Amino acid sequence: MDILLQALPALFDAFELILQPVVLGYLIMGVIMGLAVGVFPGLGGIAGLSLLLPFMFGMDPVLGLALMVGMVAVVPTSDTFASVLMGIPGSSASQATVLDGFPLAKKGEAARALSAAFASSLFGGLVGAVFLTFFILIARPIVLKFGTPEMLMITIFGLSMVAILAGRVAIKGVVAAGLGMLVGTIGEGDSAGALRMASYDFPYLTDGLKLVIVGLGIFAIPEIIALLRQDRSISENAKLGGGWFDGVRDWWTNKWLSIRCSIIGVIVGVIPGLGGSVVDWIAYGHAVQTTQDKSQFGKGEIRGIVGPESSNNAKEGGGLVPTLLFGIPGSGSMAIFIGAIALLGSGDIEVGPSMLKSNLDITYSIVWMLAFANVVGTLLCIAASGGIARLTTIRFTLIAPFLFMLISFAAFQSGQNLMDLVALFALGLLGIMLRRFDWSRPAFLIGFVLSDPAETFANQAVQIANFRFRESMEAGLQYIFSPIVIVLVIVTILSIVLGIRQAKNIMAEGNVKSGSKRAPLIFLIVIFAYIIAAYWNAALIPDHSSADRIFPLFVGGVSILGCIILIIQMIRVDETNTIFADREANGDDENATYGLWPTLAWFGFLLVLCAVIGFILALAIFLVSFLRVRAGLSWTHSILYMIAGITFMCFMAWVLGRDFPPGILQATFNLPWPLK
Amino acid sequence: MNTYIRRVAAIIAASASFTLPAFADVDMSGKTIEWTIPFSEKGGSAKWANFFAPLLSEALPGNPTVVVKFMPGAGSTKGANWFQKQKNGDGTVLFGTSGSTQFPYLLDDPRVRYEYKDWEPVMASGTGGVAYLNADAGAKFDGSANGLKDINFIYGSQGATRLDLVPLLAWQMLGMNVEPVFGIKGRGDGRLMFERGEATIDFQTSSGYLKGSAELVAEGRAVPMMTWGSLNAEGDIVRDPTFPDMPTFKEVCEATDGCETSGETWDAWKAFFVAGFPSQKIAFLPAGTSQEIIDTFANAFKKVKARPDFADISKKRIGKYPMYTGADAQAALGQATTVSTKAKDFVVSWLKDAYGVELK
Repeated sequence: MDILLQALPALFDAFELILQPVVLGYLIMGVIMGLAVGVFPGLGGIAGLSLLLPFMFGMDPVLGLALMVGMVAVVPTSDTFASVLMGIPGSSASQATVLDGFPLAKKGEAARALSAAFASSLFGGLVGAVFLTFFILIARPIVLKFGTPEMLMITIFGLSMVAILAGRVAIKGVVAAGLGMLVGTIGEGDSAGALRMASYDFPYLTDGLKLVIVGLGIFAIPEIIALLRQDRSISENAKLGGGWFDGVRDWWTNKWLSIRCSIIGVIVGVIPGLGGSVVDWIAYGHAVQTTQDKSQFGKGEIRGIVGPESSNNAKEGGGLVPTLLFGIPGSGSMAIFIGAIALLGSGDIEVGPSMLKSNLDITYSIVWMLAFANVVGTLLCIAASGGIARLTTIRFTLIAPFLFMLISFAAFQSGQNLMDLVALFALGLLGIMLRRFDWSRPAFLIGFVLSDPAETFANQAVQIANFRFRESMEAGLQYIFSPIVIVLVIVTILSIVLGIRQAKNIMAEGNVKSGSKRAPLIFLIVIFAYIIAAYWNAALIPDHSSADRIFPLFVGGVSILGCIILIIQMIRVDETNTIFADREANGDDENATYGLWPTLAWFGFLLVLCAVIGFILALAIFLVSFLRVRAGLSWTHSILYMIAGITFMCFMAWVLGRDFPPGILQATFNLPWPLK
Repeated sequence: MNTYIRRVAAIIAASASFTLPAFADVDMSGKTIEWTIPFSEKGGSAKWANFFAPLLSEALPGNPTVVVKFMPGAGSTKGANWFQKQKNGDGTVLFGTSGSTQFPYLLDDPRVRYEYKDWEPVMASGTGGVAYLNADAGAKFDGSANGLKDINFIYGSQGATRLDLVPLLAWQMLGMNVEPVFGIKGRGDGRLMFERGEATIDFQTSSGYLKGSAELVAEGRAVPMMTWGSLNAEGDIVRDPTFPDMPTFKEVCEATDGCETSGETWDAWKAFFVAGFPSQKIAFLPAGTSQEIIDTFANAFKKVKARPDFADISKKRIGKYPMYTGADAQAALGQATTVSTKAKDFVVSWLKDAYGVELK
């Protein structure tokens, strides 16, 4: 009761702070900037906030907060555009949206998918704000209950979603996830700094692969190439079906799902250290498990959009709890957010426990600004979705070169290294093969994203548990099997059992027919070879760094077992079995107008050109030749399109203060921006 | 819409009114300086860089944007190895190291692929450290560690060859049983582990203590045990000016049975303390940066130090410690990257005996 008496006046003070025209103005300004940055895959809250940072020093705290909160709040909203329209996971928050969003766009229902996503986002954001208003007062003791074993269990729960996304052959899903985790361990280990599948002679890999590149490579490139080979529009009959109003109605029909997923989002967001990487998978899994007819998932089930999108905006709200109460950021953008708060005014707002005592009004105004920014951002997005959805009716060959341009630029931003583009191409090839042979790409991505938390939490939980057990058996058991852990174990087991039982009905990537034995077997053997190499490489890590050895050995061992079982199965069953799924043998890809390799070669052409003459010059040649040769436009049109594309690219890079990938030419001659 | 953003940004820029007249040097206007910190967002180095970044932006000619970036991993070795490869001499890459970067270098850790001598120091600042206990153990602490010897402590550590070497060796000298849990990514994670009750003892550098742990002490959930102290002009350890009420490790050691403030162990501890704390955090430009740019940065940091309000704002955020620029920073770097062979040999064999760490 005391708490409420203290909270209510602060809540009113907060509304008084927010509802000033100038504050609202700054908030809307932040929202618009956030939307503009967020539509770019790979440029999320971090890029946006870095853009704002120079203006924060000494700024009025409430105005500065309005600008920043406005921006942070809408990034998970606007990245939905890329997920639905292009099949690119714009950020870790919208990975799961791709699974059903993109198939809907292919059916010509992009506007419906977008507006359902936006309505869910909005609702999630509001549920998050309401929940936080009360929860923030009691959050601290609850958050402190989540120790290392609990975080490890949540990570494992996230991994258990692999079961439901594994597809028709469960073991293939397990191996795909294992491969994802092994790819996630590439580089210097976090515990002891040992190198895994990397060498100091080849420095690029020592930092590990970035999520942006893996996401673009595994999801975006295979889809772009596949669509390009068909030579038609994204929407299969070049017509728009359901409008934005249908999407809002879809959300309303599924409002209970939306509420549940929002609460999942807030709760997972509240736990420091997990960030947003698991939340949309957990929400997606929940949506699948609570749906009667599961046959449409992966083919354009609207519930597969409502679930994750409700959770990811709610998660941003939840993420404020560790940020504000402990000074511990839940994500990269929150880290910059904390840095920026210290710059505001005279620097007297300090994130940490004092936010509840001396700055409760500021805390509440952040929570409600977040909600308000969600409303503004969503309305803008819904209003725009009908128009933007029309992109799906344009002949894809005209869009593809510009997508290549965007994803190359986005990939380069992650490491500012030409090798980023090579990595993108390599992962793209892997993604194409995973797609072709019906290996679960979501399972791969879940494995990749959760590899790092799974390893770190497992290492630490084992160390602490050891000490506790040495103290006494009881202390050890008490530490490992806390009530929260037990609940999570039960939930995880249920989720795996249900998942495996249902997985056969859920073809996250559509039905893929089987072909001959040879190609799928060769691909399996290549994967097997990599896993063995990674296992062997980890086994060679010396004892002083043994903490970095255990995880890849364990994951590698399980994956090797999976591969052996698959090989035995492949030898024993005949070639019509689903295990031999091959898109090239049957269906869309077999009948495509263009072959895989000539299409991929265009992208390769851009990269090679780029390595020689730098990004902008390469882009000019690539755009013109692609549009002229492949799309068959006239010279005039090709050149005009090229100029438009390059102008846009330069403008974005200039606003964001970014450079372009340089080539050999740039290493030899000093050229002016943007050519440098 | 994009022109709109640009225009809006210009309006904000004008209204924020932070521009100072810029003098000579290299004009950096319009550039973005990425200041990379090889730790997570939560620890003392993050707070140190976040404190200096806006001041630096203001002091550099042309007021470039200074963004603090984080590249945690392997107790800062990952970030330092990355920095060694940077050849961008135009002043847009800045790097901040800490004692945890210096120690593996001093100990010839095989993971170290960086060479301090290649880099160009532009600013160095000292810090102190505070060790604290949970409430239970704190009740048994009476200025000596005599009452703490039967307790098994758990400590979240970034690795025994990192800055944690100083507290781990100190606790061992006091006869305490402290089990380190390795693999955390910054001292902030250690604090959170302490707050959750998983760890029962913790240590923070001064800025981390001021902004995080002091609150725990005020709430009665933590009890400060000791500081590492500060060096006076004669090279003796005296009380830390930021925490004048806390005893130093030297005082606690003198009061504790079996702990000696002389001899081989003490000398090794002191040598690593001197390398790790009084000139702990150093800002570097990469190898091959032109002298012009180095001077520009050194001057900018000088300007920061000369601000009339500097003493006041720095006291609250990073504590009262000396800050060195230019040639002084170079001297500080020398102090931070040399220890006697004797001290080094002692620590190497201690690491092997106590933690099974072999630096080969």
